[in-house]
Amino acid sequence: MKKFDKERLLLALAGPVIALVAAMVLTSVVLVASGKNPVEPYTLMFEQATYSDVQVLIINEAGMYYLAALAVAVGFRMNLFNIGVDGQYRLAAMVTAVVGAHVSLPSALQIPLLIAVAMLTGAFWAGIAGILKTTRGVSEVVATIMLNAIATSVIAYLTLDENFGVPVGNNNTTGVMHSSGWFPGIDMGASGEIYGFVIVAALAGVLYWLVLNRTRFGFDLRATGASESAAAASGVNAKRMVLTAMLISGAVAGLAGLPILLGDVHTYSLSFPTGLGFTGIGIALLGRNSPVGIALASLLWAFLVKASQALDYKGYDKEIAVIMQGLIVIAVVVSYEAVRRWGLKRQQQRVGEELAAAARRAGTGGTNDTVKEVAAR
Amino acid sequence: MRGAGPFPLSPRGECAIDASTTPPPTATTACAVELTGITKRFPGVVANHDIHLSVRKGTVHALVGENGAGKSTLMKILYGMQKPDEGTIAVDGEQVAFHSPADAIARGIGMVHQHFMLADQLTVLENIVLGSEKLYGIGAGARRKVLELSERYGLGVRPDVYVEDLGVADRQRVEILKVLYRGATTLILDEPTAVLVPQEVDALFDNLRELKAEGLSVIFISHKLGEVLSVADDITVIRRGTTVGTAVPAETTPRQLAELMVGSELPTPETAESTVTDRPMIEVEELRLLAEGSARALLDDISFTIHEGEVLGLAGVEGNGQTELIDALIGLKHADSGSIRLAGEDITAWATRRRRERGVGYIPEDRHRHGLLLESPLWENRILGHVTEKPNSRGPGGFWLDPKGAQADTRRIVEEYDVRTPGIDVTAASLSGGNQQKLIVGREMSHKPRFLIAAHPTRGVDVGAQAQIWDQIREARREGLAVLLISADLDELIGLSDTLRVIYRGRLVADADPATVTPEELGSAMTGAASGHLEHVEEPEDPKGPKGPADPEDTAAAQAPAPADTTPAPEGARAAENVQEAAGPEDEAR
Repeated sequence: MKKFDKERLLLALAGPVIALVAAMVLTSVVLVASGKNPVEPYTLMFEQATYSDVQVLIINEAGMYYLAALAVAVGFRMNLFNIGVDGQYRLAAMVTAVVGAHVSLPSALQIPLLIAVAMLTGAFWAGIAGILKTTRGVSEVVATIMLNAIATSVIAYLTLDENFGVPVGNNNTTGVMHSSGWFPGIDMGASGEIYGFVIVAALAGVLYWLVLNRTRFGFDLRATGASESAAAASGVNAKRMVLTAMLISGAVAGLAGLPILLGDVHTYSLSFPTGLGFTGIGIALLGRNSPVGIALASLLWAFLVKASQALDYKGYDKEIAVIMQGLIVIAVVVSYEAVRRWGLKRQQQRVGEELAAAARRAGTGGTNDTVKEVAAR
Repeated sequence: MRGAGPFPLSPRGECAIDASTTPPPTATTACAVELTGITKRFPGVVANHDIHLSVRKGTVHALVGENGAGKSTLMKILYGMQKPDEGTIAVDGEQVAFHSPADAIARGIGMVHQHFMLADQLTVLENIVLGSEKLYGIGAGARRKVLELSERYGLGVRPDVYVEDLGVADRQRVEILKVLYRGATTLILDEPTAVLVPQEVDALFDNLRELKAEGLSVIFISHKLGEVLSVADDITVIRRGTTVGTAVPAETTPRQLAELMVGSELPTPETAESTVTDRPMIEVEELRLLAEGSARALLDDISFTIHEGEVLGLAGVEGNGQTELIDALIGLKHADSGSIRLAGEDITAWATRRRRERGVGYIPEDRHRHGLLLESPLWENRILGHVTEKPNSRGPGGFWLDPKGAQADTRRIVEEYDVRTPGIDVTAASLSGGNQQKLIVGREMSHKPRFLIAAHPTRGVDVGAQAQIWDQIREARREGLAVLLISADLDELIGLSDTLRVIYRGRLVADADPATVTPEELGSAMTGAASGHLEHVEEPEDPKGPKGPADPEDTAAAQAPAPADTTPAPEGARAAENVQEAAGPEDEAR
């Protein structure tokens, strides 16, 4: 039995390692092709990562990536592709900012209220796609892409001056939130402040694992993702499961913008970070939908983004990091599938071998009749 | 085992004239195909080991063996889909090496797969020409060739009919013609009778005799021994990946052949006493199910009752509503009208999970699609379908999963049901089909079902596991389980059922008593040729037309005062004969 476990660990590591190495090699090829030093950018980036203020930036960024990737992963676990995390978190952040600016309760109530508002908004926006899929059979991919665009317009409309907008200079904001809704951070002195919401993100990861692996609901969700037909025959209501998974995914997505909103900017403005949802898709893929894997992938991604800022000063384009991210995503998809197939085949062979060995032992010891066929086809 | 039996066996078939074991040598003792010392290893498993097979020209050569004995691998090697690790292949006395099926076709070897590879939306002619347009063009030349081949081998193929309008037997003939069109002189038929009813099997055999009369050779893969003995000129038996002997049909009985195939004494069919009670467990009334978005009925007027301790066998050609009936019973589809009652409780509107929690067990017809999570470990597969029940979950309403409990119980199932696996953490996909099925049966039986839907419970399962699964069902039946048994294996149906029904085009058209009915009679009802109560009679004059619900015995009594014509004295003799008939094929199935 131990052999299988060791092998499984090896398989789990092989996919990402192969993907990362391949992506680095290919990035170096790009550097060489453009007449640059293929190694120096890496050393520069690693050097950056040793500064504690960059480390704080990386952790803060990773916290947001983590929540966005968890939202995507919930969908992935049940074969739903929620591309709409991007629209969901932006809309949720905007609505939360508005509520935070207009409602003033004590912190103990204000923060839970804001979190609930964010989750409900995200769930609502994702739920539209869920309902379209269950009632009209609209692919959630198409629906969520459309909803992303609609979310952008809705946000633009709601942040107009005559609605909830508060112009600050030439920036459109939603007004500063009441300080009772600010989420306390962890002071790191001169290096800056780690968003307190990063801890909430970590808790969300624990909850994600617990629900998926230790509850009946999680089993049903995973079963539906693994084989919808088998799950239906086992008694899962597939339609309800689609809707539920979309709602959960949207609710988690709603949290993705909160670390920076509650921890730093305290308003939704034109400069609010965009594209977290799409980043989350790549990270969920790289992290294989596992809470620990996603955490590592989030840190890696945040490292690439934050450490590459310094490349500009040394004559390198910081877009190298973007190229590398793209290559990682492609390499991940290819290498995971290859490793998965190889692992499955390998296990079938192992089972065959062990059974054949057992049969041989039985065969030499006793009657011939106990030796049975071993998957000879 | 080699040569151990008291029956005529030669250690291996030789094409050279060997008067002592092969039939009287004729002018055609030349070899069409000769395989010598074929060995094929897959990592960890030797699929074929030192196989010898000699197919004489102008003969039907049967290759028999259990599921998983290595027949398919051998044929894949002969058809160029896989390369042997050792051994040689000779065609017409000339040694060859195939790299792809195209090479095999070029040497005149054609294969008719078990699952047809035809495009429904094309005509027969188009299907035949597809991919071989260069041979005779696509127009008049091709048509002429098709008609000529059809004529010469008595296939009766109509070139302009769409394949979607053809029945299974016709499709098979199209497949055969497709192979002939490409110039095959040796045809490999992989389990050709699995999808046919007995009458169609006879027609196929007539076709095969035509083929060999024209000098073609046929390799016929089967594990139905009665058929093999009736059509084959030579038989090669393969067991555990190696040839264990050859047999001459005229001098061999099905039982001897079966023992050779299995390698041990066969279990005798159990004469089980009836355990049927008068307490209805599942009652279905006038069930009707419409195709989605149309008024076409997939199931219509389905009514039956299964009592505690009763096995109701449902015969029918696949695709006549069996799948829909299963879906309606397990709750995947909901009836448009009619009702289903479980132990008196109306469950028509219940969802699948509630039905399963309340004691509906399910052995699905397609275990990969409906019974397993292939890439999940065995213990998670043990949870599937019973996630709300102990030992898989605990807490209020079974909220929390109980991996430890499930794992422990999986170990018990593996032990009790003899699932061959190195552990419970391997994926379901790494087990062989028979072991997957044993796991499913163990899982379903572990929850003490009151009503079991068993669809093809022994399909693709080796002989040992088959007997074991049958025993499990019999044992549970004794304890009051009601079973709906759906199977394509008529011998299994007849051997295991207390009552038989025939489904045809979504309706239950006939019923029969398994103690007296023959597979042939069931077969004719399965094609819609007979309906009502199937009464076994020797006289073909018996009015077999659609009788409706009227009891035939009453009608006979009222209409036929002339005595002793249909029922009288030979009752005992007839019953005895039926027992024999039923027992013979039962052996084959094992």
